[in-house]
Amino acid sequence: MSTLSRIPLPPAAGGLFAPYVPASLTHRDLVPNLIDSRTLAFQLYDVFDAGALCQRPRFSDYSREAFDAVLSSARGIAADLYATHQKLNDTDEPSVVNGNVVLNPGVKPAYDATAEAGLLAASQDAELGGMQLPHLISIAAYALLDSANAATASYSLLTVGAANLIAAFGSQEQKDTWLPPMFAGKFGGTMALTEPDAGSSLADLRCSAAPQPDGTYHMGGTKIWISGGDHELTQNIVHLVLARIEGAPPGTKGISLFIVPKFLLNADGTLGARNGVVLGGLIHKMGWRGTCSTLLNFGETAPCVAYLVGEPHKGLTYMFHMMNEARIAVGRAATGMGHTAYNHAVAYARTRRQGRLPSNKDPLSPPVSIIEHADVRRMLLEALANVDGALALILECGRLLDDEQTAPSAADRQQASALLEVLTPLAKTFPALGCQTAISNAMQVMGGYGYAREYPIEQLYRDNRLNQIHEGTNGIQALDLLGRKVVQQGGASFKALMARIRTTLAAAAETPLAPYAGQLETALGQWAECTRVLGIAMATDPNLALANANVYMDVSNRVVIAWVWLRMGLTADGRRRTAVNEEERDFFEGKLAAMRYWFAFELPRIGPDIALLSRLEATTLEANPAWF
Amino acid sequence: MKLAVCIKRVPDMEGRFKIAASGTGIDEAGLKYDMSDFDGYAAEVAIQITEKLGAGEVTVISLGPDVVQETLRKALSMGAHRAVQLKHDAPVSDGLAVATALAAELKDGGYDLILCGRMAVDTQNRSTGIFLAELLGLPVISAISQLNVEGGVVKARRELEGAYELIECPLPAVVTIDEGIARARYPSLKGIMAAKKKPLEVKPAHLGAITYQLEKMELPAERAAGRIVGEGKDAVPELVRLLKEEAKVL
Repeated sequence: MSTLSRIPLPPAAGGLFAPYVPASLTHRDLVPNLIDSRTLAFQLYDVFDAGALCQRPRFSDYSREAFDAVLSSARGIAADLYATHQKLNDTDEPSVVNGNVVLNPGVKPAYDATAEAGLLAASQDAELGGMQLPHLISIAAYALLDSANAATASYSLLTVGAANLIAAFGSQEQKDTWLPPMFAGKFGGTMALTEPDAGSSLADLRCSAAPQPDGTYHMGGTKIWISGGDHELTQNIVHLVLARIEGAPPGTKGISLFIVPKFLLNADGTLGARNGVVLGGLIHKMGWRGTCSTLLNFGETAPCVAYLVGEPHKGLTYMFHMMNEARIAVGRAATGMGHTAYNHAVAYARTRRQGRLPSNKDPLSPPVSIIEHADVRRMLLEALANVDGALALILECGRLLDDEQTAPSAADRQQASALLEVLTPLAKTFPALGCQTAISNAMQVMGGYGYAREYPIEQLYRDNRLNQIHEGTNGIQALDLLGRKVVQQGGASFKALMARIRTTLAAAAETPLAPYAGQLETALGQWAECTRVLGIAMATDPNLALANANVYMDVSNRVVIAWVWLRMGLTADGRRRTAVNEEERDFFEGKLAAMRYWFAFELPRIGPDIALLSRLEATTLEANPAWF
Repeated sequence: MKLAVCIKRVPDMEGRFKIAASGTGIDEAGLKYDMSDFDGYAAEVAIQITEKLGAGEVTVISLGPDVVQETLRKALSMGAHRAVQLKHDAPVSDGLAVATALAAELKDGGYDLILCGRMAVDTQNRSTGIFLAELLGLPVISAISQLNVEGGVVKARRELEGAYELIECPLPAVVTIDEGIARARYPSLKGIMAAKKKPLEVKPAHLGAITYQLEKMELPAERAAGRIVGEGKDAVPELVRLLKEEAKVL
């Protein structure tokens, strides 16, 4: 149970004067402000019916009480071990000492506690040492860690992603060798894709793997932007590296996947010789500084032993398995940060007293809390609509991951896969953008305090900015959405999503929210029509079609978030009628207000974009590079 | 070694408290509940003792309505071996009455060491553990910050202002646990799932006679809003008068 005593005050500023702290920013307001537990419970149990998952054989040992216990542990770890060094991750960023990366001392206890709590293998199969926790719940648990300190949570994400990749495509021997220490938190993991000259375009990567007589390979080349590429959190680091086997065909079809450990293992599993993967340097980022970003050289000073995963030349297909997971995790991290910023802003707006309402002309009357001002509520409502919309979108993906694996019928499992395909680029981009808006609004609500380094918002603003960039920039996601996901298999994924949204429209038909369903139905029709037009253009003039991909992504996000809000609205509308007290009713009224905000302010904005897409706007395509 | 840990379920102290309509308790609606912090440390210490010995059993015990089972399950998920709920639905504020019920359950259990939190973080009476030791006729060391159990002897340290004392007594004994001794672990997924299969017995609570009643609970009066008495030097005489007559600071 949390106590106030563990909450660190912000470090005092240097200089002659201690910073002035308004009464509204006492230490009480500097509590971690993690994702609100009622919001999480509302979405998990009321909107996504997590309880129903316990009926499925894979989850039959679970119950709501067990889910709550897992979330309670995650919340405790987040508040006590993650939030406590969020600021220090920024001010005391990783550095290189004697050739090794040194992290903030707060990171290791947090990482170890995460592993000890069993969160690294939480959703993995029991036979691989996992606990078969639904993805829906493990995503929620990780979102709590992200909302406290996403940079530290990244080390777990990287290990889990690498381990899941070995679990999915590695040989039995590789699984037996690498998974137990990774899931136990003893070995870390990375994914090493990007090279200095091959970033968004992995087809051009040049790292090479030379076959050896013993069946292993020797890796050569350089990788850059490798998160968690070196540290002393774990005894060993397992890099999953994309490279070309010597003589492999050019392009994406010649890329293979390898395991490259920092330390080779002896026959008994103990650490052996240092492998020839060495740290070339660190990159110093604007935010998210706690996760070290490294340059790694392979085989430069000593041979670098690599083990092929799966079959040759299939590396990129395998890596997409992990990238899809990582993209949802990017959305999850953004969501966590957005919620934290929103919670800080609400606490501030309730207690900061400034000014009087426009109708009050009495200068001697006491000032009101700034939350009384309509424009402050506008900013908070916009933030709420974004952060809860983002949370619903990533939890939808979590639920679909569970359905893909465990839905009773094959048709349902297949439909879940199709939906995940089309929703993954949205789950990556919408939270990154929407939560940036929310964090920006939180900063605006807090005024100078939001902008000051003594307070948490400006760091979140910098940290979250990364989410538009990594794991495939938002531009790449837009190309993936329009160029691949909505057109593949005759538009099967898009059709599945339309059908899914129509289920919600049908459920809303006889309710007080029917007018919103009507508005969404119209938007859905417009979205489908411009998707059809763009689909045809994809076949005839892909350059022109894809020049509009980013606008298409924006429209898609607005429509899909309207859908998740309608579904939350329907649930909230039911729950407010049976609320046990005023506070609970206020909670549901707040959700309904955020839904109305989305339908009044955000959804109508698709209008001009739909027009632009329908006429296949060519302005950007035709802009000659020489003109810039 | 048999250890018992007495646990109270308390509201999260960061919640927003309201007085209930009865005027003698808090309104529980909307509050989150968890194990009292000091009881969590006590459970952690007991579990660590059995882990170190590689043997022994930790029984956790709580008095209250069925919702306390959730708190007991948490202790089981941390690593306690069995739990007992002394079922009693109405709130009790009398530590002696509670200690009497606990003593009735614990007296014939053959426990070597009974651990309580130094106090419950909500009511802060600091009485139950001491009363319990007295009722059981056992030695008690209160508010300890370090503990060593070896060869049938408890050695404990108590923090004083600028000093500490080391105390020892023979087992069986009662200790009450202060902060700083151990941080309660976060239940692991494995622990949570294992806890579902551990025994949790429900028994009626044999409360002692109620020796006092909580008469009334009140929140501190809200501080009055500031007052602007006027502007410029015209306001000074009034301000001086108020400082003299109302605030009485001049």
